[in-house]
Amino acid sequence: MGAFDYAPAPESRSIVDIAPSYGLFIAGEMVDPVDGAPFKTVNPATEEVLSEVAAAGPADVDRAVAAARSAYDTSWAAMPGRDRAKFLYRLARLVQERSRELAVLESIDNGKPIRESRDVDLPLVAAHLFHYAGWADKLGHAGLGPDPRPLGVAAQVIPWNFPLLMLAWKIAPALATGNTVVLKPAETTPLTALAFADICRQADLPPGVVNIVTGAGDTGRALVEHAGVDKVAFTGSTEVGRQIARSVAGTRKRVTLELGGKAANIVFDDAPLDQAVEGIVNGIFFNQGHVCCAGSRLLVQESVADDLLERLKRRLATLRLGDPLDKNTDIGAINSPEQLARIRELSAVGEQEGAERWSPACDLPDRGFWFPPTVFTGVTQAHRIAREEIFGPVLSVLTFRTPAEALEKANNTPYGLSAGVWTEKGSRILWMAQRLRAGVVWANTFNRFDPASPFGGYKESGYGREGGRHGLEAYLHA
Amino acid sequence: MTTTAEPLADVAASGATLRRFLHGLPGVDQVGAEARAAGLATRSIKTTAKAFALDLAVRMVDLTTLEGQDTPGKVRALSAKGRQPDPTDPSCPPVAAICVYGDLVPVAVEALRGSGVHTAAVATAFPSGRAPLDVKLADVRASVDAGADEIDMVIDRGAFLAGRYLDVHDEIVATRAACGDAHLKVILETGELATYDNVRRASWLAMLAGADFIKTSTGKVSPAATLPVTLVMLEAVRDFRAATGRQVGVKAAGGIRNAKDAVRYLVVVNETCGDDWLSPDWFRFGASSLLNDLLMQRQKLATGRYAGPDYFTVD
Amino acid sequence: MPEADGDRLAVRKTYKLYLAGAFPRSESGRTYEVAAADGRFLANAALASRKDARDAVVAARKAVAGWSGATAYNRGQVLYRVAEMLEGRRAQFVAEVADGEGLSPAEAGDAVDAAIDRWVWYAGWSDKLAQVLGSSNPVAGPYFDFSVPEPTGVVAVVAPASSLLGLVSVVAPVIVSGNAAVVVASERAPLPAITLAEVLATSDLPGGVVNLLTGRAAEIAPWLASHMDVNALDLTGVDDPELAADLERAAADNLKRVVRPPAAAPDWTADPGLDRLRAFLEIKTVWHPVGV
Repeated sequence: MGAFDYAPAPESRSIVDIAPSYGLFIAGEMVDPVDGAPFKTVNPATEEVLSEVAAAGPADVDRAVAAARSAYDTSWAAMPGRDRAKFLYRLARLVQERSRELAVLESIDNGKPIRESRDVDLPLVAAHLFHYAGWADKLGHAGLGPDPRPLGVAAQVIPWNFPLLMLAWKIAPALATGNTVVLKPAETTPLTALAFADICRQADLPPGVVNIVTGAGDTGRALVEHAGVDKVAFTGSTEVGRQIARSVAGTRKRVTLELGGKAANIVFDDAPLDQAVEGIVNGIFFNQGHVCCAGSRLLVQESVADDLLERLKRRLATLRLGDPLDKNTDIGAINSPEQLARIRELSAVGEQEGAERWSPACDLPDRGFWFPPTVFTGVTQAHRIAREEIFGPVLSVLTFRTPAEALEKANNTPYGLSAGVWTEKGSRILWMAQRLRAGVVWANTFNRFDPASPFGGYKESGYGREGGRHGLEAYLHA
Repeated sequence: MTTTAEPLADVAASGATLRRFLHGLPGVDQVGAEARAAGLATRSIKTTAKAFALDLAVRMVDLTTLEGQDTPGKVRALSAKGRQPDPTDPSCPPVAAICVYGDLVPVAVEALRGSGVHTAAVATAFPSGRAPLDVKLADVRASVDAGADEIDMVIDRGAFLAGRYLDVHDEIVATRAACGDAHLKVILETGELATYDNVRRASWLAMLAGADFIKTSTGKVSPAATLPVTLVMLEAVRDFRAATGRQVGVKAAGGIRNAKDAVRYLVVVNETCGDDWLSPDWFRFGASSLLNDLLMQRQKLATGRYAGPDYFTVD
Repeated sequence: MPEADGDRLAVRKTYKLYLAGAFPRSESGRTYEVAAADGRFLANAALASRKDARDAVVAARKAVAGWSGATAYNRGQVLYRVAEMLEGRRAQFVAEVADGEGLSPAEAGDAVDAAIDRWVWYAGWSDKLAQVLGSSNPVAGPYFDFSVPEPTGVVAVVAPASSLLGLVSVVAPVIVSGNAAVVVASERAPLPAITLAEVLATSDLPGGVVNLLTGRAAEIAPWLASHMDVNALDLTGVDDPELAADLERAAADNLKRVVRPPAAAPDWTADPGLDRLRAFLEIKTVWHPVGV
């Protein structure tokens, strides 16, 4: 602890009002589940039970799909695009108006620092809704023919790492294109989706256009496999993505999958080193590393490896881990005990395989689920920590000598979601960017997102794009 | 060149070696540097941390008056304020220095005697730096002879931007020699350097030539100090110490008018360089109106009510 | 197929596979009898094995870097050259298509003409795709951000029964963007496909960019669908819905991009649109700060 010791600066949680229990949002109303059982959602930073939510059963899913179908048939698909646009603009404005409340709620349920939910998640949620609102009455100009048609009912299953942002990524393009939605938030982070249900109420969105069913994997499976859905959109693990791809085989359901990653963040010897350090930190420690496109493999050119690692370690020592609601917290809680176990297991494997483990001095709170920022050096391509997605604040550092070697190592993975390149030489950036097999290449930056910018993976990182004009294709018949 | 740190002794052997060294420094990505500074600016400094930061900021102020209309009376008033910024609160620390033009150094030295507050003089044809070298050095010697223990010089930006790094270097070395025991602050005038790459190079150039402090601005050019410029300079002094073992201070001058901004600078110091620079010996604010806002915020913390400007002296 | 020209006895062709730019027999040594629509013997075609499929994937993978790295102008010229060669063999294709699909010479002629025109249409897309499908993205920050389409890699194609027009309509959109293809020809009418391979082999198309297998889709396609070095799967020619579902499931092992069989029999003369081009392209988005 230094001389300048930041006093606690907690964001007030009095702005949020969490009900003791929640039902399902179907046909515009919060309803009790028919065959669903309740489960608890906890604050991962304290293990405090926040609320009880319903695990929707098959009959509940059936009801939600029927509501979405009815809304599709009776109101939404035929509504003029300009009116769908106005509803989406309303949703965007309501999110902005309630952004502090939603940010606090997100941090409580997810464990992410308020600094991130406030400055990254919520602004992007509103921006995404705004962006697609404007598309709703311009679909004929999207390059999909003069009169592209919606698909029908979209089943959308989203992860726990950016709960409300992933909701926006899914719902905004679906609604803009005239589809209706049944969305299942992640088991551990249902609360902001349920708050969004209230925003749909405030917007006077026609009943059934957005339905939200909470639950775990079984609910998701029932939704994805429901015969009444025309479209499946999933963000989550590659393993579940594979199951979904299998389960829709032989059907006419359209599918988009945004799955795992093991991104290489490549630093050349002529990189802007201080900004590269920031990019590395942002790449792997943003959101506790719970980011599918995280820069989890640092590939650094030998000649600057020592210098860069020294800078990186010095920087990591300034990261502040703790209360997600403290406005100065950089690293929040791991979202669940299951995820914490996975991070611990793979980190132990890293040590067993001979990589050198380092973390800055860092006190972990007694309660809740925590893992310190961790760096493994001496990692090779053969190590499991260089190949498997850890989905936590764990960086594997490898070195390289030539651009060709960096490229080969970067592409040597079944994943292909993102990559980073750091060099001040323009032609090398473009050379790398052309050859990296990844859907997003960040050059001299990392982990930037924008609703106008298409996002999605190559290879086992999934298919389809979210964001911009390309994001419309997933929800339209050309 | 006794002040040049040993490990880099040969760097300034010629214009070519100096150029090669400065252009071999890692580049600075503008967007990344500004994003980092903006991120640090979101730190929320409250209660005890705020009290610490406000007092530290007061102790770091170089209370400055650099106007053509300056008078001995004004300098005496400023000096009195520097010694005891808040007469209603004896716990309020003094500022670091009073910064004046050379002709007013005797007035300040007299007014500050025994207080521990330093007398800083701007020199070397401040603020433009456009004078023959012998005139600039005479300017420095006059201030030092009059009792100034800190000299704020300006670099020859024209020479720097033209790539005549050795000329800039040698002028700083000569000024350093003319300073004798006085501390030398080298003003880069970052508002005229156009890029952060140039800020980093100028920082290293000044440090290689023996600067005790590197300082952002004269206050006469806009933009003056900014958070990202100061960040880049702090990275430079941090890296310079790692490379040479010699610690150099940083002074952010101009444009810092309120306590909130000052606290942001201290956060950047804290998270870039750490404890070793969190002292008036190693970080300064060149400012005038900043002090009153710091005092008002101090009073707010102490009393719990918001302060009013009528209760704090103006010069 | 002209059996005899006057008194002269024709020299018949041995129809083989097309792998890595060469024309080998099946490694299995197997062949199967190809008959005309009226039952007449036409030829013994190679009955490709799983090992032939494996070799085809290796050849295709090897070809991806060079072909996708070629300039779009170059790919367009090569494909246009293919159309020139097709035109030169028009009569042969008309005869093979007529025999294979049981069409009248006029109908077969129309199909071949449409196939050649279709090929020319796709050839012209090589240097337009990036402009039509790419974008410059106005992000809310100091970044230059753009998206470009890139080939997905190795694409396995089960070609439809339309032995030349259908074939051309599924192969051209795969390769024009820089992918390499492993094509399983129409089982019943594979001869135009082999002749197309002969055209490709004489058209500056690098070996391995198109690899052509003849035989039983039900036997070969599962190996391609489950192959972990295949990036995409076009099931257009799979008639059996259960087989199609099995192949789609197998394709999920490495998350291949899958084009399902059409819901209704396709009209190959209709405007194809961009769907088949899009299906085998990845969108890559690149960000860079804008600063001094």
